[in-house]
Amino acid sequence: MAAPVLPKLVGERVRRREDPRLIQGRATYVDDIKIAGMQHLAFKRSEVAHGRIRSIDTSAAAAMDGVEAVLTGAQIAELLAPMPIGTPFPSPPHRAVAVDTVRYAGEPVAVVVARDRYVARDAADAIVVTYDVLPAVVDPELAMTGTPTVIHPDFPNNLAVALVPSGTGVSADGTVDDSAIDAAFTQAEVVISQRMVNHRLVPNAMEPRGVVAHYEPGKDAMTIWSSTQNPHILRTMIAAMTGMGQDQVRAIAPEVGGGFGAKINIYAEEYVAAVVTRKLGIPVKWVEDRTEAFVATTHGRDLLAYVDLAATRDGKVLGLKMRIIADIGAYNMLLTAAIPTLTMLMANGTYDIPAIRTTLTEVFTNKTPTDAYRGAGRPEATYFLERAMDMLARELKMDPAEVRRRNFIAPHRFPFATQMGAVYDSGDYEKALARALEAAGWEALRAERDAARTDGRLVGLGLAMYVEVCGIGPSATLPTGGWEHSQVTVERDGRISATTGASPHGQGNETTFAQMLADQFGVPMEHVTIRHGDTDVVKQGIGTFGSRSQAVGGTALHMAGSKVKAKMAKFAAALLEAHEGDIVFENGRIGVRGAPASAKAFADVAAFAYIPVPLPEGLEPGLSDEAFFEPSNNTYPFGCHITMLEIDRDTGEPTLLKLVAVDDAGHLINPLIVEGQIHGGLAQGIGQAMVEEAVYSDDGQLLTGSFMDYALPRATDFPTFELHATVTPTPVNPLGAKGVGEAGTLGSTPSIVNAAVDALSGFGVTHIDMMLRPEKLWRIINRT
Amino acid sequence: MQVSMTVNGRVRKADVEPRLLLVHFLREHLLLTGAHVGCDTSQCGACTVIVDGRSAKACTMFAVQADGSTITTVEGLAANGQLHPVQEGFWDQHGLQCGYCTPGMIMSAVNLLQDTPHPTDRQIREGISGNFCRCTGYQHIVNAVRQAAGRR
Repeated sequence: MAAPVLPKLVGERVRRREDPRLIQGRATYVDDIKIAGMQHLAFKRSEVAHGRIRSIDTSAAAAMDGVEAVLTGAQIAELLAPMPIGTPFPSPPHRAVAVDTVRYAGEPVAVVVARDRYVARDAADAIVVTYDVLPAVVDPELAMTGTPTVIHPDFPNNLAVALVPSGTGVSADGTVDDSAIDAAFTQAEVVISQRMVNHRLVPNAMEPRGVVAHYEPGKDAMTIWSSTQNPHILRTMIAAMTGMGQDQVRAIAPEVGGGFGAKINIYAEEYVAAVVTRKLGIPVKWVEDRTEAFVATTHGRDLLAYVDLAATRDGKVLGLKMRIIADIGAYNMLLTAAIPTLTMLMANGTYDIPAIRTTLTEVFTNKTPTDAYRGAGRPEATYFLERAMDMLARELKMDPAEVRRRNFIAPHRFPFATQMGAVYDSGDYEKALARALEAAGWEALRAERDAARTDGRLVGLGLAMYVEVCGIGPSATLPTGGWEHSQVTVERDGRISATTGASPHGQGNETTFAQMLADQFGVPMEHVTIRHGDTDVVKQGIGTFGSRSQAVGGTALHMAGSKVKAKMAKFAAALLEAHEGDIVFENGRIGVRGAPASAKAFADVAAFAYIPVPLPEGLEPGLSDEAFFEPSNNTYPFGCHITMLEIDRDTGEPTLLKLVAVDDAGHLINPLIVEGQIHGGLAQGIGQAMVEEAVYSDDGQLLTGSFMDYALPRATDFPTFELHATVTPTPVNPLGAKGVGEAGTLGSTPSIVNAAVDALSGFGVTHIDMMLRPEKLWRIINRT
Repeated sequence: MQVSMTVNGRVRKADVEPRLLLVHFLREHLLLTGAHVGCDTSQCGACTVIVDGRSAKACTMFAVQADGSTITTVEGLAANGQLHPVQEGFWDQHGLQCGYCTPGMIMSAVNLLQDTPHPTDRQIREGISGNFCRCTGYQHIVNAVRQAAGRR
């Protein structure tokens, strides 16, 4: 009887294995965890953006029924050193709970431990703090003058990073040669100059952050559950900050409700929960309120740039200058200072630009700190460059596609070392552009736009190219190390369990990784279990960020699987009295090539490996092995996004009519999941362009501090996205997969602003800063 | 205060603080943790349940207001081991990623299809516009609800 033929799964739209628990309310997020005796934390936070703490009165809070403890910043400081950062830049001390000075509204000043969350909140509200209010500064260019205040005494003019040059003529030792960039601008026939703002956003994962920390004195061991993207980094940091060994700390990321970069950080609340449970010997839980999350979880973006583009009149770009100023808020977090360096790295875009000079200045202001947010530095670079390219096209009265085409890095030049120090692995930008123009029907859209204009409607078309840096990355580029780890075990019954350090929060790794192993071993996917998110189960790992799960984590899984498969082939060869090179795995059986009748059941070979009588020479019993994959380079996915937008002449309200995205992420494991990732990225990119903006008052209050004021996009805000792909595999990993999680945020945003400028070009406008608030557009329409 | 309500077909009684939110009653007292808390201003809809036949944001009601009510949460949607068509739709169409908004989104979609069994895509988008999703861009959710409505 012939065995049923198992379908090949890699490349198929397999529905997710994660979903049954999630659609039935059976998943376990941090706030779903209960431990006997568990107490709840609530933080008292500063209402002022900048001030010296004059007094803290905790007496009323401490006296409340159900309050276990109240700890001020000074008391926490006895248990906890200032929080570390993960970048090499100098950084002022950052206390988890402020000791004498607060530097942003929302900074913690005290913490309550109480019976339940209601009592904890009541007690926190009963703490009375008085401040000597200091002037606050929220404008980074004002802050750079050192007025009206200096936020950290050792950082004059509020300069977190004074000025870092990069690009053509900047050598590794820091010497700067301006001749090439100066020559580019001297020779230019046309120069585009524009100040652009890539404004501040609030990441807003739907699950706010949360942590449960449980120190067991009898074991001298800590378990910490957190809504984090990287439990292994959490374990490392909690161990370091509590003085415990990494072997004594177990970190668990249970179901995690989104992260988008904001759950990479190890936050004050996690450290405080750890030291409080250790001090009191009782488990504690903290779950962020949404309004709290708006100020307590890192923000994203907030870069402005002075962009100058030098070109010839036939559209050849000669040189690019980008002077970047990053408003990083009040403190450095784990990767804060490094994020804008990615904007410099990717300033090159998809173009062969002979001379580029970027400079980066990072500035403290009295705002919530910034850090990674979906795209993290690359959407900003793409936005600045693609806006400038569009302005160049408009100045030259050239088709925006044509001006880009004239400057692309040609396909035969990969791997391509950019002026900015990146080595692009592979690419075919002309192909992606052509695919997008064809899919969108560019010429027909232009005719449609022109016809609409004849009818008096304000319709615009926008186009943007992007190139992303993903699969992050070699260990030299990350303070944690840049590898990923996996262990694959064929169990005694022939089922397969595997671990991955790529700890997902919606990416579907349990599905994609099971697809891969099922194909690799020729077994049904139902026989494969992927485990993650628990440092006691997953021996090592880095985590999920920088679109690295598949390219780095997936490769580690593939490598570990290959090792186990090779060993299993040896056991099979012994059983079948064949040469291991002739062993084939298919349809749940292991046999000799060309002799399927003799094949053994997969489970029988597995059983033999665990009871190997006789033990084949040179083999140890068992089928389990691990792999660390260290990538030799990042990957550089790319694409082209085209949008059509209409602006209501009477109200200024913009409506996105059409979005066509061509994304090239190399080989895909599960196109259904990839589509979901692209959709989500697009939604956040469109959100930035059209509705989302973190707005501060001059005295440092976040005016958009809740969902009442901060517009998170709703279903009615989007058209149906039209996705297409080209496939250019990467040579960096054996899967040829590049990564896709962040891509959607790169092309969509400049494409939409390009479309808005196009729609309003009749009013003499050449640039509009995001977001496209109707009032702003209405003023352009109505200024005379 | 004493409350009594029928939740997913079972009568549940408890003595609760008057200020206890319905969502916390469901989550903390009944251990029905499917309804999630995603905001504190009634915008996000992650806590959506069905109260007496209508979708309601369980963070916007006190448990005592639900006294005497009949409530269905996402845990009570599947019957006899069969997923509800909306649940099937979300699974088949990849209508979720992190899953945090999903229970509320599903309950809103159930309510939508009660009122409008054959919605247009526009009506689907409007019907779920009281629920935020940060992961999906909503497109696969629209596909999921369309599938559940029998319009593939």
